[in-house]
Amino acid sequence: MTIIETRQLGYHIGDRRILDGISFAVRQGEYLAVVGPNGAGKTTLVRCLGRILRDWTGEVLLSGRSLRRYRQRQLGALLSYVPQATYRPLPFTVEEFVMMGRYPHLAAFGLPRASDRGAVQLALEATETGHLRHRTLATLSGGERQMVFLAAALAQAPRLLLLDEPSTFLDYRHQAQVNRILRQVNSSSGTAIITVHHDVNHAIDCAHRVLALKEGKLFFLGDTADFLEPGRAEALYDIGFCRSANTPGGRVRLLPEDPA
Amino acid sequence: MNRRLLVLVSVVAFAVAVLLLAPCVGAQWIPISAFFDNVASPEALILREIRMPRVAVAFLAGAALSISGMAFQAMFRNPLATPFTLGVSGGAALGTVLYLRFAVPFMFLGIPGQSWFGFAGAAAAAGLVYALTSLRRGFSLLTLLLAGVAVNFFVSSIILFIQYLSGFAQSFLIIRSLMGSVDAVGPRTVFQLLPVIVAGGAALVPLAHPMNLLLTGDDIAMSRGVDVPAIRRTIFIAVSLMVGGVVSFCGPIGFVGLMVPHICRLLIGPDHRWLLPTSFIFGGAFLAACDAVTRSIVPPAEIPVGIMTAMLGGPFFIWLLLRSDPVSQENP
Repeated sequence: MTIIETRQLGYHIGDRRILDGISFAVRQGEYLAVVGPNGAGKTTLVRCLGRILRDWTGEVLLSGRSLRRYRQRQLGALLSYVPQATYRPLPFTVEEFVMMGRYPHLAAFGLPRASDRGAVQLALEATETGHLRHRTLATLSGGERQMVFLAAALAQAPRLLLLDEPSTFLDYRHQAQVNRILRQVNSSSGTAIITVHHDVNHAIDCAHRVLALKEGKLFFLGDTADFLEPGRAEALYDIGFCRSANTPGGRVRLLPEDPA
Repeated sequence: MNRRLLVLVSVVAFAVAVLLLAPCVGAQWIPISAFFDNVASPEALILREIRMPRVAVAFLAGAALSISGMAFQAMFRNPLATPFTLGVSGGAALGTVLYLRFAVPFMFLGIPGQSWFGFAGAAAAAGLVYALTSLRRGFSLLTLLLAGVAVNFFVSSIILFIQYLSGFAQSFLIIRSLMGSVDAVGPRTVFQLLPVIVAGGAALVPLAHPMNLLLTGDDIAMSRGVDVPAIRRTIFIAVSLMVGGVVSFCGPIGFVGLMVPHICRLLIGPDHRWLLPTSFIFGGAFLAACDAVTRSIVPPAEIPVGIMTAMLGGPFFIWLLLRSDPVSQENP
């Protein structure tokens, strides 16, 4: 079943085309990685899909219905968006912040029910952030904060999870942890995931399919294995890669070559 | 949870004490029991007709300015936002100044012409800011802020211009009207101000929880299901209504709207579901208490309360800021 679909999606600021003629569909339970060089329109794409931006051209259908026609709260119950990490010193505790993820499901005045507390508990466990629950967000490290933002999005229990470079700026352990959590959520609860990956190797590790953008246009859309064909990543990023299969699990890695 | 309930109960107790004591205070002490005097003694008259309405208006004004400041601070995610940031009070002040300089004194529906002009000025300023902001899609925060600040500067310069053209006596009246006070009120003022503040306050109550989410940023708030532009519109209209009402009757009383939300945040934490009632009650009691002090400090002169709010509240805020340890701030 298709959860989200775009038809000739475009976005422009003045005369500048950020996105042009993007058409694709994502099924429930699928994990799609969005890759491409800087300025290719990756962030704009996920921001349109999450209706953070509204003035796109073309059509976006969520569960078969135009994305424009949802009420904001209905939308919150269906999809969640984790933006690129920005630091804002928030005064709330981790538990309070994760509970805010329940906003679209909460009763009047945001009073939590048992089901809301349960969802928060599960999200804290899945992200291994339970021990931080009484800490204030402003006191967390970058890695801890990103885990908590992920926990809040999971507590929202969306059917589609949109993420923008969830593991950029994190150390190796936290990067691996983020990717592991996303794979688990995707496989265990069938949540569809669309995430921008800065590092193609993360896309290869996690995703069923890869969507590559270049200069606002759809450059490639297909299975992860096909994305690894010689020449493809090179043409996308305008840099040479060597492929190494000598890794744990036998997964292929792309290693960029210094052109100089 | 329990700690916050305790704080809220203490604030209510403080407010009750202020509301019972403030009417007694003034050039002459009048016991609150005089209210029940059957004979129309001068004490009973002063208490019923002058002091109690004055305390009630001070409470309503303080409460409304405090929750307005709180809502703007949440909306702009800026601790320096005040209810006067977007030029509504400037518009009201301009209306008042135009009345004092040019109009023939009048009274309509029991409301003095000065207040009508004030409210018209506030409505004009708010309407202008709203219209300018609506020209851009999505009711953008930056456009709202810049339009508001621009309107504020614009009306301030017109006020100065009118003042420059005015004679000595008029100039004095204009300056006094800009100080902010609750002395020109009667029993009717309470019931004229009440509906405006009830309407504005009631509009903010269901937004208390979404205001928490606004603090986390527009993107996250929207993705959680908060209709951010709609909430901004409602906050702007509710605050404009309350501020327009307060300033047209009392003038621009400063400090309360900026500092009371911060004081209450230190007391009860950042959750707006607790902060809203606390700011309302504490802000009202704070202004009523300030007014009681101004009435008794150099009797029979009654210093405008707008002068005293910052003088009394500033040191209190600094004391609170230094006293509160960072750990208790982390876990309200």
